Amino acid sequence: MTFHQQQCSNGLTIIGEVIPEARSAAVGFFVRTGSRDETVEESGVSHFLEHMLFKGTKKRDAAQVNKDFDKIGANYNAFTSEENTVFYASTLPEYHQDATEILADILRPSLRSADFEMEKKVIIEEIGMYEDNPGWMVFDHARKLFFADHPLGNSVLGTTQSIIDLKRDQMLDYFQRRYIASNITLVASGNFNWDTFLKKAEKLTTNWKFGMARRDHIRQTSGSGEFKLLEKKTTTQQNVVMICPGPPAASPLRYAANLFAMILGDQSGSRLYWSLVDSGLAESADCSFHEYDGAGAFYTSFSCDPKQTHKNLEIVIKQIHELITKGITEEELAQAKSKVLSRIVRAGEKTANRLQEVGMTWVYLRKYKSVDEDMQTYEKVNLRQIQQLIERYPLLRLTTTSMGPLAKLKMPEIPKQPKVPNAQHS
Amino acid sequence: MAKQVFQHTFDNGLTLIAENMPHVRSATINIIVPAGCAYDPLNMPGISSVLSEIILRGAGKNNSKELSLAMDGIGLDRSCSAGTNHIRLWGATLSRNLPKTIDLFADIILKPHLPKSDIESVKLLAAQEIMSIEDDPKQKVMLALRKTHFPSPLGNDRRGTLEGLKAITHDALTKFWKKNFRPSGTIISVAGNIEWEPLKAQVEKLFGKWKGGDVPALKLSPGKGGTSHITKDTQQVQIGIAYPSVTYGHKDFYAAIGAVNVLSGGMSSRLFTEVREKRGLCYSVWASYQNFKEVASVICYAGTTTDMAQETLDVTLKQIGNLTKGIKEEEVKRLKIGLKSSMLIQEESSSARAGSIAVDWYYLGRVRPLEEIQKSIDSITTKSILAHVKEYNPKEFTIVTLGNKQLKYGK
Repeated sequence: MTFHQQQCSNGLTIIGEVIPEARSAAVGFFVRTGSRDETVEESGVSHFLEHMLFKGTKKRDAAQVNKDFDKIGANYNAFTSEENTVFYASTLPEYHQDATEILADILRPSLRSADFEMEKKVIIEEIGMYEDNPGWMVFDHARKLFFADHPLGNSVLGTTQSIIDLKRDQMLDYFQRRYIASNITLVASGNFNWDTFLKKAEKLTTNWKFGMARRDHIRQTSGSGEFKLLEKKTTTQQNVVMICPGPPAASPLRYAANLFAMILGDQSGSRLYWSLVDSGLAESADCSFHEYDGAGAFYTSFSCDPKQTHKNLEIVIKQIHELITKGITEEELAQAKSKVLSRIVRAGEKTANRLQEVGMTWVYLRKYKSVDEDMQTYEKVNLRQIQQLIERYPLLRLTTTSMGPLAKLKMPEIPKQPKVPNAQHS
Repeated sequence: MAKQVFQHTFDNGLTLIAENMPHVRSATINIIVPAGCAYDPLNMPGISSVLSEIILRGAGKNNSKELSLAMDGIGLDRSCSAGTNHIRLWGATLSRNLPKTIDLFADIILKPHLPKSDIESVKLLAAQEIMSIEDDPKQKVMLALRKTHFPSPLGNDRRGTLEGLKAITHDALTKFWKKNFRPSGTIISVAGNIEWEPLKAQVEKLFGKWKGGDVPALKLSPGKGGTSHITKDTQQVQIGIAYPSVTYGHKDFYAAIGAVNVLSGGMSSRLFTEVREKRGLCYSVWASYQNFKEVASVICYAGTTTDMAQETLDVTLKQIGNLTKGIKEEEVKRLKIGLKSSMLIQEESSSARAGSIAVDWYYLGRVRPLEEIQKSIDSITTKSILAHVKEYNPKEFTIVTLGNKQLKYGK
């Protein structure tokens, strides 16, 4: 496994992890832009634009883009989050260059009006699909409630109305602001030749505009701390999402944060599993750590029989309170580590996964980490770091959102953030 | 580097198959036992699913918590779930932890505690799972489609019914386990960085004395088919369509896979192009092949706003019908490269390989070498697909829709 990097004169960064024994090669453009970078009037434009990139360029119409990807048997797609828009393709090694060429081409889209209007309909359908799915909707509301006026609360999809109102010129303006070379990282991983790839990639992107893309309002937040109940009579289960602050992506505590989330709410063997799922009090319960540019948060969620909701909220609060006051055991930490290590190894065996991992690590940390380095970092996490995490972030400052058939729900009393015992300042 | 696939059927009927993947550090194990929901007693639909949950709650010398700790301690991600024909116990970890995994899995299969004290909580979980289908319209329509289309009990939902759950007792669960957990028809498949001889010896030691009779034949009764609508107040109308195809291993199997891929093989395929790209009718539309030993079908899905639903259904059905009018050379070229890529890239995943070799064994009684699959893919032509779709041109569709407006189903 070897790593390469190159900074182009127009500001584009090209990086690659060569894995000669891989069966495939993957390539992707990571654009550092998402819903947090949108103005109110542009709500949903990042995601809509992601769709529009597949609608063609000067060289290809929409059908040709799809045909050319399918012609090389590519597994290709794109996604948009609060902070990133990523376009990727994985293929057999012999088609890696072709995939790079198509991706580089669609990164300079035509944004034709007719395509814009047609795709608008598809986006509205996508919003409709999510609106029929309360398990998904509750997360969108929860993020908004937690982040409040922080731009990370912006919805990725936007609303039906914001999409209807969006004009092609606004999208073009957003594109010109955000899709400039210095805001993009080209990433490759798997079985490919770096020199050939680099030469080709440089040639394909040489005309991309130089410039600076700013990201405003990079700051931490402890969240609104509010509680909100959204009644949805047509549903049967009650969904709950509780968010509390955590370290940002660039913090050295991110590894401890991931392990902490696992100890609290992994699918198997976690505290929430034993207190909620094993007993059948909730159908599912989960805690995951989400890291962003300058901010971070733990999302704890469960879904259950509506009657059980209040009691389950009490249980979750009690579990977090216990973690803060009593800490975790060496044994728990060791369990969480062995799960993480096994998952890192297994994910690392698939080139398509490596692309995302290598790309995101670069975007957030400007660093490369091999699978082994990643494992070593997790192995080194100790109880002291978990303790630091507990001490620095008010994990009981919960912002809670619930959606389901309940018309009334009382939020249990949350104990004051307790003094953390044995806290070691560093 | 030629890949190595090993197989052995023990005297008691248990089959072990393994694929060595020297380029990976992980290993995945799958144990499929012929105790899926197709064998649920008529008055207790859902019992296999309940069993698949409670079976992890203590086994051998470990109680529920100890067992969970032991599995977490070796970084074993695992799941146990009921399907139509089998209960599947799945685990993935680092290959050095495989022997420990097999010890624990043998306990789960052969010596589960099935603790009486957990019956109520496991049933509570199962009931919530049934209820939550109501909150997922897509899943609801596809479950209804399967139920209407496939012969019973193959189309049954593994979750069962709330009434079925009520009838399940600890005795009934124990009985169901005793009756259906047997070596005959059970397949253990392992893929990853493994050594065959020690693996075989360990499996023989642990499972060699396991006894049980043959898997009983299922009595199938045809699904009712036709068209139906579920009224529900949702933004979108959900559409499910099914029609018969040929089974895995049939001489036309690859032509059938070719036909499904012409419809839905990539973003340049016909459904995506005609329904979404050209008309903007929906976000999600697809077709896929679904099979059992006895029957197989093509299943299609589309979800769309009420106003666009009729057109979506009409265009989708028209595209299926149009297959018999001709298949283009370039379409076949594209889908063959797609199939070849998936086949080769799968080699990166021990989990995918452990699944694939088990599927091959279950349907064909052998594991096909890559060269054979490659040849089969090469054999797909415009002619072979056309001949297939003409012979299997669906005369009738099973259609289920869900939403606040019923659609017209054409002829």
